[in-house]
Amino acid sequence: MNDSDATVKLVVDGHEIQAKPGEMIIAAAEKAGVLIPRFCYHPRLEPVGVCRMCLVEVKGPRGFSLQPACYLPVAEGMEVVTNSDKAKKAQDGVLEYLLANHPLDCPVCDKGGECPLQDQTFVYGPGESRFVEEKRHYPKPIPISKLVYLDRERCIQCDRCTRFADDVAGEALINFIGRGGSIQVNTFPDKPFSSYFSGNTVQICPVGALTATPYRFKARPWDLEQVESTCVGCSVGCQIVVQSSENELVRYLGLDSEAVNHSWLCDKGRFGFESVNSSDRLGTPTIRNGTAAKEASWTEAMAKLAEPLNRARKRPESIAIIGGAHLANEDLYVWSKLAKSIFGTDSVDAQLGDGLDPRLLTRTNRATIADAVGAEVLVLLSGDIREELPVLFLRLREAAISSGLKIVELTHAATSLTPNAAASIVVSPGQVEATVRSLVEQSGQEPSDPSIAVAKAIIAGADPNRIVVLAGRMNQAGSSLDQERAIATLIDAKPGSKLLSGLRRANVNGAIDMGFVPGHLPGRCALTEGSKELIDAWKQVPTQIGRSTPEILAAAANGEIDVLFLIGADPISDAPDPELSERALAKVGTVVSVETLPNASTRFASIILPAAAFTERMGSTTNVESRISLLGQKLVSFGLSRPEWMIAVEIAAAIGEDLGFESMHDVWRELSVVSPLHRGLSLQALGSPGTREGVLVPVRRSRVSIASNRSLDPVATPGIISVEHSGPPSSSGTGRGSDAYPGIEANASAVESVDSRISGDLLDLLATPNEVAPIGSGDLVPVLRRRLFDGGTMLVRSKNLTELAPAPRVTVGGSTAASMGFAAGSKVTLSNGTSELPDLELVVDRGVADGVVVVDLDGESGLTRRVIQGENLRLTIKLESV
Amino acid sequence: MTLAPFKIVSKRVDDPEAVGLQGYLATGGYQALKRAVLDLTPEAIRDQVMQASLLGRGGAGFEAGRKWSMLKKSDVRYLVINGDESEPATFKDHMLVERDPHQLVEGALIAGYAIGAARIFIFLRGEFALGLERVQAAINEAYEYGAIGRNIFGSDFSIDLVLHPGAGAYICGEETALLESLEGKRGFPRIKPPYFPAVIGLYGQPTIVNNVETVSNLPWIVMNGGGEFSELGVGRSRGTRLFALSGDVIRPGNYELEMVKNTFRDLIFDPEMGGGLAPGRQVKAVIPGGVSAPWLGPDQLDVLLGQDEVAAVGSMLGSGSIIVMDDSTCMVRAAWRIAKFFARESCGQCTPCREGGSWIEKVMRRIETGSGREEDLDLLMDLCDNIVPGVSWPPQQTTICVLGPSIPSSVATAIRMFRDEFLLHIKEGGCPYE
Ligand SMILES: Cc1cc2nc3c(=O)[nH]c(=O)nc-3n(C[C@H](O)[C@H](O)[C@H](O)COP(=O)(O)O)c2cc1C
Ligand code: SF4
Ligand code: SF4
Ligand code: SF4
Ligand code: FES
Repeated sequence: MNDSDATVKLVVDGHEIQAKPGEMIIAAAEKAGVLIPRFCYHPRLEPVGVCRMCLVEVKGPRGFSLQPACYLPVAEGMEVVTNSDKAKKAQDGVLEYLLANHPLDCPVCDKGGECPLQDQTFVYGPGESRFVEEKRHYPKPIPISKLVYLDRERCIQCDRCTRFADDVAGEALINFIGRGGSIQVNTFPDKPFSSYFSGNTVQICPVGALTATPYRFKARPWDLEQVESTCVGCSVGCQIVVQSSENELVRYLGLDSEAVNHSWLCDKGRFGFESVNSSDRLGTPTIRNGTAAKEASWTEAMAKLAEPLNRARKRPESIAIIGGAHLANEDLYVWSKLAKSIFGTDSVDAQLGDGLDPRLLTRTNRATIADAVGAEVLVLLSGDIREELPVLFLRLREAAISSGLKIVELTHAATSLTPNAAASIVVSPGQVEATVRSLVEQSGQEPSDPSIAVAKAIIAGADPNRIVVLAGRMNQAGSSLDQERAIATLIDAKPGSKLLSGLRRANVNGAIDMGFVPGHLPGRCALTEGSKELIDAWKQVPTQIGRSTPEILAAAANGEIDVLFLIGADPISDAPDPELSERALAKVGTVVSVETLPNASTRFASIILPAAAFTERMGSTTNVESRISLLGQKLVSFGLSRPEWMIAVEIAAAIGEDLGFESMHDVWRELSVVSPLHRGLSLQALGSPGTREGVLVPVRRSRVSIASNRSLDPVATPGIISVEHSGPPSSSGTGRGSDAYPGIEANASAVESVDSRISGDLLDLLATPNEVAPIGSGDLVPVLRRRLFDGGTMLVRSKNLTELAPAPRVTVGGSTAASMGFAAGSKVTLSNGTSELPDLELVVDRGVADGVVVVDLDGESGLTRRVIQGENLRLTIKLESV
Repeated sequence: MTLAPFKIVSKRVDDPEAVGLQGYLATGGYQALKRAVLDLTPEAIRDQVMQASLLGRGGAGFEAGRKWSMLKKSDVRYLVINGDESEPATFKDHMLVERDPHQLVEGALIAGYAIGAARIFIFLRGEFALGLERVQAAINEAYEYGAIGRNIFGSDFSIDLVLHPGAGAYICGEETALLESLEGKRGFPRIKPPYFPAVIGLYGQPTIVNNVETVSNLPWIVMNGGGEFSELGVGRSRGTRLFALSGDVIRPGNYELEMVKNTFRDLIFDPEMGGGLAPGRQVKAVIPGGVSAPWLGPDQLDVLLGQDEVAAVGSMLGSGSIIVMDDSTCMVRAAWRIAKFFARESCGQCTPCREGGSWIEKVMRRIETGSGREEDLDLLMDLCDNIVPGVSWPPQQTTICVLGPSIPSSVATAIRMFRDEFLLHIKEGGCPYE
């Protein structure tokens, strides 16, 4: 019996229960069905034992005494009484104390109806207060950031928000000040609570002290409807509940998923739902003739599309599709079939030239988030994870701090994980492969760079099976080849190591799995690897590898593309070269935009087809670790908008073809046969209680030991079961302790078929690098860096997030700044020789390599990309007079 | 009964020269440290201290030798000297740090040697401006003299001593809050278990926290032996204690007395000591060990000044500060003042202390200022019960540290002893003493 199976026996209220060693009494009792009241205790935070609500009697050497159940670990033979008169008197007393100064403004408090203080008072508290004194007063809610309001009168000093900020997010921006009765939570003077994770404090506040702007006074708990879903703000796949009131989204809450998000969300994911409610939503098909746009019926729009499409079909390579990362898996499969089987084109790309060679993902052993946090060494070859995959950052940070994960980071500039990294190597663009080589190659001499020496020793000493490479895009400027070769070099050198995808756009990983990238078919197959079943179903597949997004745009600008579909894609803002995108879109005869919201590229579309948003349809999505989880439908779709898979079916019908799908069940019936990766899955299976955290594909074992540990704990996350639940709080964990994917059979041959495509020589797949032009004096190599709030389409349409997008800034290293005589804070102009970008704030950061300039990527119009595009680019910066 | 003054820790306090190194050396200073590091093993010193039955002088009265023996094995251990002394009417350490700073430094070094500390910190109340200056000067002189630093007096023993000023919160005298404060955090007490300093202390390392007076006894013990020390006193209370006497006595001040040889009455009325009360005044109540202690009545003045002796009558000797209240004192007002102190000084961390403390203070204020109701007395007792279940002594507690349970001490004893006076306030709608 190993440690994890060991149990401790104790007696709670006269019943013997079993618990894990080290577990706190409160958690052990809860599992045995005894709910001990609590406020400060939160299952995802370190206990502090301050509210004293959980006092129970515990027998010690000197008899029974009152002890905090959240702070005392179980012990063999321990006797605990939670309901004695003495324990009840203490709990009653604590509640009366908490209410003494509480304003009791429940009727106007957002928490009313889902408030742990209300609920627990109802169950455990005194009927009446004996407090006749003047209550403590503070000015009613004060904004502590653009998103969060603090009402100090309602605060019960539970330390949850402050612990979250300090321990989980690593930003102690809110803290206690004062003492005694005048203790209060507050921010530091002049420092707002501006954190990417601030919404979590609102989520876990057990009273209405912290409220978030987007939800304030929007709904009452008893009016809410709720469905479980997956966040698609990025590709982490955080599990959420989506709540609406009167067919309008009002709130997302993080679900506690053991595998993924531990109940946390980032603010972009949490509040981005506002874009679904945006008044700019596209609700009607639109046809444009020249400059005149007119709304049309779906029939008209399809008729309008059929004609150019029929013409273009004669030359399949003249049809291309850009986008798809914002689609559900089912849409992607149907669109993949439409493109590759019906149209016969392989020029389909869900990435926009800002990702990675998809073969890095289809030809490697893929890691899960659990693999990454449980690894010995995690090598980061990606952008700043906090900016790109925020909740994954929280998981990695925690692992580095508390479970010994060693992070080796290769980066162009210091990142949010640099303080937690065992080794952080600052490399210049173009030097990544060479640096990785020096890390893995045997050589007699000690590397001169100390961080490389440390990293080399760490990697050499690690079990290769416990090395995970987090592969994202380190630099949005220039070619990604050097970095891709670096990833391949590392993985080739460490057989057994695994790759965790760092591709960040919503369902981009699902798109790759559905073959929605050039050279691929569903199930991570190359064009030549289609299964017999796939060929049966699809009849034909392209033989020529198609164009990637930059190639499609270049071909379009050359007049080689006749019909271009943009599905949830805005190449003007997101592809590397906005000017090329504009020229391309202007040149293509028929641009078809399938979108939920207008963007910079839709104005070039001759046909706009409105798509349903995520919360308006069923479906599934795939996260960075190949976990497929469901999207919940909460709203009816806006206007005449439809899910994208239906739109594909309509388009096929318009040109006289039948894709063979009438429902998403049909899609899965085919997908689960033709794709080795998805073999054995179905929509029903994905929706069963034991798979509510999603299913990792390929399904490797039918009895896997990842407990589906999705708990709905209304004291940990108030409001989460407000719909189904009334009466005293209880913890109705669903599917807890289940250790199987019910209804899903592992399929050994499918796993083998996916694995068999992984060869040992990834590097051979990649092109050889081009010459890198030498750096001239005064020239700087650009690094384009993503920020979480980047002013993208969704952010611009989420009214409370719009303002959070910072103006792009320019960052250089200390010696670069010194050699140029620039001071931090000055305004500079960025120039590439032909065009300029003025009025940028200069930041000096010692963590930036010499000769490198880091520029923040900004949003919708691709402002910074206009200056930074193409390979071997060199920039200069000029000081502006102040 | 004759008075038994015996000077161990206060022997130099009337000698202004002894503040400096030369004066200190001239009165036998640093002989003990020399003997300790050159001739005695740490075990030998620990044995002496164990024999001495040196009870902690900071308030809890835990035997120093036993505390040291519970220090967990570890490569790094710390010694922290608690000089935060912020309790109203407690001023004994104040005198020691100002008038005999070298004795404190020497005592700390002996303790550091005995327990194998890696470093010593002296945490001194921030408002002790002169004390801070003098202790720092003493540390500097001791470094130069070779009593601190590398190879002390040529021995193998090396240690550094750091002086740290507090920032003005009473709670930082509580040993775990003190450690948090030393670590640069808010002074929130830690929960015991598991955070017993001797197991998980400063920076997570096993740590001994001892009071200024406690360690100031060590030079004498090393020079004279633990046996000699335990010749003084009776039972568990050995040696001497500094009693900080204040309130309605003619001669308030610090008096060092052999333990258990004298009564409260002796101390209060002896002409050499308290000098009695103002003419015509009677003792109404005595707070025997700092404001955390339940009060004693005039009928308890013959209790002996010893730890167990005071405990036997339901209170504590605590920090050794004795407050005498005569019959001109309003008991409601006195208890309110103390409640107000605790309400302000609660760290605010746990609900019963934070909310209970300020609620009790508000009710007490109401009674004193004329808006009391009869039911307030039951209410107060029940509010106390929610902090100290049973309102008994020694207290059980619903709180993290024992500041919380200190709140009921005064309020509950005042109500129990002077219920009529409370009722008079309520009936007359104000304070009859005004
Ligand atoms: C609220 C509170 C305040 C305290 N203040 C002091 C203090 O100022 N000085 C002190 O030595 N001990 C103080 N103590 C006691 C310490 O926690 C600790 O018991 C003592 O420093 C240990 O030293 P000793 O064993 O030498 O007495 C305080 C305790 C509490 C609960
Ligand atoms: S604001 Fe909310 S979460 Fe923070 S301490 Fe107060 S009650 Fe707790
Ligand atoms: S990390 Fe990604 S998936 Fe999670 S909440 Fe943020 S945007 Fe959504
Ligand atoms: S009892 Fe009072 S001082 Fe002690 S930890 Fe609790 S709130 Fe703080
Ligand atoms: S003290 Fe245990 S839940 Fe707050």
